[in-house]
Amino acid sequence: MKIVLNGEPREVAATTLAEALEECGFTGRVATSLNETFVPALLRAGQALADGDRIEVVAPMQGG
Amino acid sequence: MRPFYGVDLPNPLMLGTAQYPSPAILEEAFRASGAGVATVSLRREGAGGTGQTFWKMIQDLGVHVLPNTAGCHTVKEAVTTAHMAREVFDTKWIKLELIGHTDSLQPDVFQLVEAARILSEDGFEVFPYTTEDLIVGERLLEAGCEVLMPWGAPIGSGRGLNNIYALRAMRAEFPEVPLVVDAGIGLPSHAAAAMELGFDAVLLNTAVARAGDPVAMARAMIGAVEAGQAAFEADPIEARDMAEASTPVIGKAFLS
Repeated sequence: MKIVLNGEPREVAATTLAEALEECGFTGRVATSLNETFVPALLRAGQALADGDRIEVVAPMQGG
Repeated sequence: MRPFYGVDLPNPLMLGTAQYPSPAILEEAFRASGAGVATVSLRREGAGGTGQTFWKMIQDLGVHVLPNTAGCHTVKEAVTTAHMAREVFDTKWIKLELIGHTDSLQPDVFQLVEAARILSEDGFEVFPYTTEDLIVGERLLEAGCEVLMPWGAPIGSGRGLNNIYALRAMRAEFPEVPLVVDAGIGLPSHAAAAMELGFDAVLLNTAVARAGDPVAMARAMIGAVEAGQAAFEADPIEARDMAEASTPVIGKAFLS
Protein backbone atom coordinates (compact mmCIF):
# COMPACT_ATOMS: atom_id res chain seq x y z
CA MET A 1 0.00 0.00 0.00
CA LYS A 2 1.20 3.52 -0.79
CA ILE A 3 1.16 5.97 2.11
CA VAL A 4 2.75 9.34 2.82
CA LEU A 5 4.72 9.28 6.06
CA ASN A 6 5.99 12.59 7.43
CA GLY A 7 5.68 14.03 3.95
CA GLU A 8 7.58 11.23 2.19
CA PRO A 9 5.86 8.68 -0.07
CA ARG A 10 6.32 5.12 1.25
CA GLU A 11 5.28 1.64 0.18
CA VAL A 12 4.29 -0.50 3.17
CA ALA A 13 2.91 -3.98 3.77
CA ALA A 14 1.16 -2.77 6.93
CA THR A 15 -2.62 -2.60 7.05
CA THR A 16 -2.97 -0.74 10.34
CA LEU A 17 -1.34 2.36 11.76
CA ALA A 18 0.36 0.35 14.51
CA GLU A 19 1.86 -2.03 11.93
CA ALA A 20 3.05 0.86 9.80
CA LEU A 21 4.89 2.40 12.75
CA GLU A 22 6.56 -0.91 13.52
CA GLU A 23 7.45 -1.52 9.88
CA CYS A 24 9.01 1.94 9.59
CA GLY A 25 11.06 1.50 12.73
CA PHE A 26 9.32 3.81 15.19
CA THR A 27 9.72 2.33 18.63
CA GLY A 28 10.01 5.30 20.99
CA ARG A 29 7.68 7.88 22.43
CA VAL A 30 5.77 9.30 19.48
CA ALA A 31 2.33 10.72 18.68
CA THR A 32 0.50 10.08 15.45
CA SER A 33 -2.06 11.61 13.15
CA LEU A 34 -3.84 10.10 10.19
CA ASN A 35 -5.03 12.48 7.47
CA GLU A 36 -4.54 15.40 9.84
CA THR A 37 -6.58 13.82 12.65
CA PHE A 38 -4.95 12.78 15.93
CA VAL A 39 -4.92 9.02 16.55
CA PRO A 40 -4.23 8.13 20.22
CA ALA A 41 -1.67 5.39 20.84
CA LEU A 42 -4.34 3.01 22.14
CA LEU A 43 -6.29 3.21 18.88
CA ARG A 44 -3.39 2.65 16.48
CA ALA A 45 -3.78 -1.12 16.35
CA GLY A 46 -7.41 -0.80 15.31
CA GLN A 47 -6.81 1.99 12.82
CA ALA A 48 -6.96 0.55 9.31
CA LEU A 49 -4.95 2.21 6.57
CA ALA A 50 -6.06 3.01 3.04
CA ASP A 51 -4.09 3.78 -0.07
CA GLY A 52 -2.87 7.38 -0.08
CA ASP A 53 -3.24 7.90 3.68
CA ARG A 54 -1.14 10.68 5.16
CA ILE A 55 0.54 9.81 8.44
CA GLU A 56 2.43 12.14 10.71
CA VAL A 57 4.73 10.77 13.42
CA VAL A 58 6.06 13.34 15.87
CA ALA A 59 8.37 13.11 18.84
CA PRO A 60 9.69 15.37 21.61
CA MET A 61 11.86 18.14 20.28
CA GLN A 62 13.49 21.33 21.56
CA GLY A 63 11.08 24.24 21.79
CA GLY A 64 10.71 27.78 23.04
CA MET B 1 4.13 34.13 43.25
CA ARG B 2 0.74 32.79 42.23
CA PRO B 3 0.50 29.06 41.47
CA PHE B 4 0.08 27.91 37.87
CA TYR B 5 -2.93 25.59 37.72
CA GLY B 6 -2.25 24.63 41.32
CA VAL B 7 1.48 24.14 40.82
CA ASP B 8 3.92 26.21 42.87
CA LEU B 9 7.13 26.83 40.97
CA PRO B 10 10.54 27.12 42.64
CA ASN B 11 11.28 30.48 41.01
CA PRO B 12 9.84 32.80 38.34
CA LEU B 13 11.90 31.55 35.40
CA MET B 14 10.54 29.41 32.57
CA LEU B 15 13.21 28.47 30.06
CA GLY B 16 13.02 27.27 26.49
CA THR B 17 15.10 24.38 25.21
CA ALA B 18 15.66 25.38 21.56
CA GLN B 19 18.60 26.87 19.68
CA TYR B 20 21.44 25.97 22.08
CA PRO B 21 24.84 25.27 20.51
CA SER B 22 24.68 21.64 21.71
CA PRO B 23 22.55 19.34 23.89
CA ALA B 24 25.31 19.40 26.51
CA ILE B 25 25.23 23.20 26.72
CA LEU B 26 21.43 23.12 26.86
CA GLU B 27 21.57 20.78 29.82
CA GLU B 28 24.27 22.77 31.61
CA ALA B 29 22.51 26.08 31.01
CA PHE B 30 19.21 24.68 32.18
CA ARG B 31 20.70 23.36 35.39
CA ALA B 32 22.53 26.67 35.96
CA SER B 33 19.27 28.58 35.55
CA GLY B 34 17.40 26.52 38.11
CA ALA B 35 14.25 27.10 36.02
CA GLY B 36 11.31 24.99 37.13
CA VAL B 37 9.64 24.84 33.72
CA ALA B 38 11.03 23.72 30.36
CA THR B 39 9.21 24.52 27.15
CA VAL B 40 9.38 21.81 24.51
CA SER B 41 7.75 21.02 21.19
CA LEU B 42 6.85 18.22 18.80
CA ARG B 43 8.40 17.72 15.42
CA ARG B 44 8.51 14.94 12.87
CA GLU B 45 10.52 12.04 14.21
CA GLY B 46 13.45 10.97 12.07
CA ALA B 47 14.68 7.45 11.56
CA GLY B 48 17.43 7.94 14.13
CA GLY B 49 14.94 8.59 16.91
CA THR B 50 16.59 11.88 17.95
CA GLY B 51 13.46 12.86 19.85
CA GLN B 52 13.94 10.01 22.29
CA THR B 53 17.40 11.21 23.37
CA PHE B 54 16.03 14.69 23.94
CA TRP B 55 13.08 13.36 25.94
CA LYS B 56 15.42 11.38 28.21
CA MET B 57 17.46 14.52 28.91
CA ILE B 58 14.35 16.57 29.73
CA GLN B 59 13.10 13.86 32.07
CA ASP B 60 16.45 13.83 33.84
CA LEU B 61 16.15 17.57 34.48
CA GLY B 62 13.16 16.79 36.68
CA VAL B 63 11.28 19.99 35.80
CA HIS B 64 7.73 20.73 34.70
CA VAL B 65 7.35 20.32 30.97
CA LEU B 66 5.35 22.89 29.00
CA PRO B 67 4.83 21.73 25.41
CA ASN B 68 4.05 24.39 22.82
CA THR B 69 2.08 24.58 19.61
CA ALA B 70 4.77 26.68 17.93
CA GLY B 71 4.30 27.27 14.25
CA CYS B 72 0.56 26.54 14.23
CA HIS B 73 -1.52 28.93 12.16
CA THR B 74 -5.00 27.41 12.48
CA VAL B 75 -7.24 26.29 15.33
CA LYS B 76 -7.36 22.76 13.95
CA GLU B 77 -3.59 22.50 13.69
CA ALA B 78 -3.08 23.84 17.21
CA VAL B 79 -5.74 21.62 18.78
CA THR B 80 -4.37 18.50 17.07
CA THR B 81 -0.83 19.41 18.14
CA ALA B 82 -2.03 19.90 21.71
CA HIS B 83 -3.58 16.43 21.75
CA MET B 84 -0.37 14.91 20.43
CA ALA B 85 1.65 16.81 23.03
CA ARG B 86 -0.59 15.67 25.87
CA GLU B 87 0.00 12.07 24.90
CA VAL B 88 3.73 12.31 24.31
CA PHE B 89 4.63 14.51 27.28
CA ASP B 90 1.96 13.16 29.61
CA THR B 91 0.85 16.60 30.78
CA LYS B 92 -2.31 18.68 30.61
CA TRP B 93 -0.24 21.85 30.25
CA ILE B 94 -0.06 23.39 26.81
CA LYS B 95 1.59 26.63 25.72
CA LEU B 96 -0.92 27.66 23.10
CA GLU B 97 0.62 29.58 20.24
CA LEU B 98 -1.47 30.55 17.24
CA ILE B 99 0.65 32.58 14.90
CA GLY B 100 -1.12 35.25 12.91
CA HIS B 101 1.67 37.21 11.27
CA THR B 102 4.72 35.83 9.51
CA ASP B 103 7.22 38.58 10.30
CA SER B 104 6.27 39.52 13.84
CA LEU B 105 4.92 36.08 14.82
CA GLN B 106 2.14 38.06 16.47
CA PRO B 107 -0.55 35.81 17.92
CA ASP B 108 -3.83 35.53 16.03
CA VAL B 109 -5.89 36.33 19.10
CA PHE B 110 -9.23 35.47 17.47
CA GLN B 111 -8.20 31.92 16.74
CA LEU B 112 -6.33 31.81 20.05
CA VAL B 113 -9.51 32.37 22.05
CA GLU B 114 -11.36 29.73 20.02
CA ALA B 115 -8.61 27.14 20.44
CA ALA B 116 -8.27 27.97 24.15
CA ARG B 117 -11.97 27.29 24.66
CA ILE B 118 -11.84 23.95 22.82
CA LEU B 119 -8.78 22.80 24.74
CA SER B 120 -9.98 24.01 28.15
CA GLU B 121 -13.26 22.16 27.69
CA ASP B 122 -11.23 19.08 26.84
CA GLY B 123 -9.34 19.21 30.14
CA PHE B 124 -6.18 21.00 29.03
CA GLU B 125 -4.53 23.62 31.22
CA VAL B 126 -3.83 26.32 28.69
CA PHE B 127 -0.98 28.85 28.84
CA PRO B 128 -1.98 31.21 25.99
CA TYR B 129 0.72 33.21 24.23
CA THR B 130 -1.17 36.43 23.68
CA THR B 131 -0.77 40.17 23.20
CA GLU B 132 -1.16 42.73 25.97
CA ASP B 133 -4.77 43.46 24.91
CA LEU B 134 -7.00 43.52 27.98
CA ILE B 135 -10.18 42.46 26.19
CA VAL B 136 -8.43 39.47 24.66
CA GLY B 137 -7.20 38.65 28.15
CA GLU B 138 -10.77 38.71 29.44
CA ARG B 139 -11.94 36.48 26.60
CA LEU B 140 -9.16 33.99 27.30
CA LEU B 141 -10.13 33.82 30.95
CA GLU B 142 -13.79 33.32 29.97
CA ALA B 143 -12.63 30.54 27.64
CA GLY B 144 -11.15 28.70 30.62
CA CYS B 145 -7.54 29.90 30.80
CA GLU B 146 -6.19 30.44 34.31
CA VAL B 147 -2.89 31.94 33.14
CA LEU B 148 -2.12 34.70 30.63
CA MET B 149 1.17 35.07 28.79
CA PRO B 150 1.46 38.41 26.99
CA TRP B 151 4.43 39.04 24.77
CA GLY B 152 7.15 41.44 25.81
CA ALA B 153 8.23 41.87 22.19
CA PRO B 154 8.21 39.61 19.10
CA ILE B 155 9.67 36.14 19.62
CA GLY B 156 13.45 36.10 19.37
CA SER B 157 13.70 39.87 18.91
CA GLY B 158 15.43 40.58 22.22
CA ARG B 159 13.80 44.01 22.36
CA GLY B 160 12.54 43.68 25.93
CA LEU B 161 9.20 45.13 27.06
CA ASN B 162 7.82 47.01 24.06
CA ASN B 163 4.73 48.28 25.87
CA ILE B 164 5.43 48.50 29.55
CA TYR B 165 2.37 50.70 30.06
CA ALA B 166 0.05 47.99 28.72
CA LEU B 167 1.77 45.28 30.74
CA ARG B 168 1.33 47.36 33.89
CA ALA B 169 -2.34 47.85 33.00
CA MET B 170 -2.69 44.10 32.51
CA ARG B 171 -1.26 43.44 35.97
CA ALA B 172 -3.73 45.91 37.46
CA GLU B 173 -6.68 44.54 35.48
CA PHE B 174 -6.13 40.89 36.44
CA PRO B 175 -4.85 40.98 40.03
CA GLU B 176 -5.63 37.32 40.74
CA VAL B 177 -4.37 35.81 37.48
CA PRO B 178 -0.86 34.40 37.12
CA LEU B 179 0.81 36.49 34.40
CA VAL B 180 3.93 35.57 32.46
CA VAL B 181 5.88 37.78 30.08
CA ASP B 182 6.58 35.40 27.22
CA ALA B 183 8.97 36.28 24.40
CA GLY B 184 11.06 39.26 23.42
CA ILE B 185 13.42 39.25 26.39
CA GLY B 186 17.01 39.99 25.41
CA LEU B 187 18.70 41.07 28.62
CA PRO B 188 18.45 40.32 32.32
CA SER B 189 17.30 43.92 32.85
CA HIS B 190 14.26 43.21 30.63
CA ALA B 191 13.39 40.15 32.70
CA ALA B 192 13.86 42.08 35.95
CA ALA B 193 11.63 44.87 34.64
CA ALA B 194 8.83 42.39 33.97
CA MET B 195 9.10 41.04 37.49
CA GLU B 196 9.19 44.56 38.96
CA LEU B 197 5.74 45.10 37.41
CA GLY B 198 4.44 42.26 39.55
CA PHE B 199 4.42 39.57 36.91
CA ASP B 200 4.61 36.01 38.18
CA ALA B 201 7.19 34.65 35.78
CA VAL B 202 9.20 35.29 32.65
CA LEU B 203 9.45 32.80 29.81
CA LEU B 204 12.50 33.17 27.61
CA ASN B 205 14.65 31.09 25.31
CA THR B 206 16.69 32.90 22.67
CA ALA B 207 18.32 35.35 25.10
CA VAL B 208 20.01 32.44 26.85
CA ALA B 209 20.40 29.94 24.02
CA ARG B 210 21.97 32.39 21.55
CA ALA B 211 24.15 34.25 24.03
CA GLY B 212 27.89 33.78 23.56
CA ASP B 213 27.95 31.93 26.87
CA PRO B 214 24.50 30.42 27.46
CA VAL B 215 25.42 29.01 30.86
CA ALA B 216 26.57 32.38 32.17
CA MET B 217 23.48 34.07 30.72
CA ALA B 218 21.24 31.48 32.36
CA ARG B 219 22.76 32.41 35.72
CA ALA B 220 22.30 36.11 34.93
CA MET B 221 18.63 35.56 34.07
CA ILE B 222 17.74 33.72 37.25
CA GLY B 223 19.47 36.42 39.24
CA ALA B 224 17.50 39.07 37.38
CA VAL B 225 14.04 37.53 37.79
CA GLU B 226 14.63 36.87 41.46
CA ALA B 227 15.88 40.45 41.98
CA GLY B 228 12.84 41.84 40.14
CA GLN B 229 10.49 39.67 42.15
CA ALA B 230 12.10 40.71 45.45
CA ALA B 231 11.93 44.36 44.39
CA PHE B 232 8.21 44.15 43.62
CA GLU B 233 7.53 42.51 46.96
CA ALA B 234 9.57 45.24 48.68
CA ASP B 235 7.12 47.90 47.37
CA PRO B 236 9.40 50.22 45.37
CA ILE B 237 9.18 54.02 45.53
CA GLU B 238 7.32 56.01 42.92
CA ALA B 239 9.43 57.81 40.33
CA ARG B 240 9.25 61.62 40.50
CA ASP B 241 10.33 64.40 38.19
CA MET B 242 12.26 66.56 40.62
CA ALA B 243 14.97 65.82 43.14
CA GLU B 244 14.13 65.16 46.75
CA ALA B 245 17.11 65.46 49.06
CA SER B 246 17.90 62.20 50.78
CA THR B 247 20.21 63.79 53.32
CA PRO B 248 18.24 65.65 56.04
CA VAL B 249 18.25 69.45 55.68
CA ILE B 250 17.55 70.03 59.38
CA GLY B 251 20.73 70.42 61.35
CA LYS B 252 22.85 71.51 58.43
CA ALA B 253 25.55 73.96 59.60
CA PHE B 254 25.19 77.58 58.53
CA LEU B 255 28.36 78.22 56.55
CA SER B 256 27.58 80.82 53.90
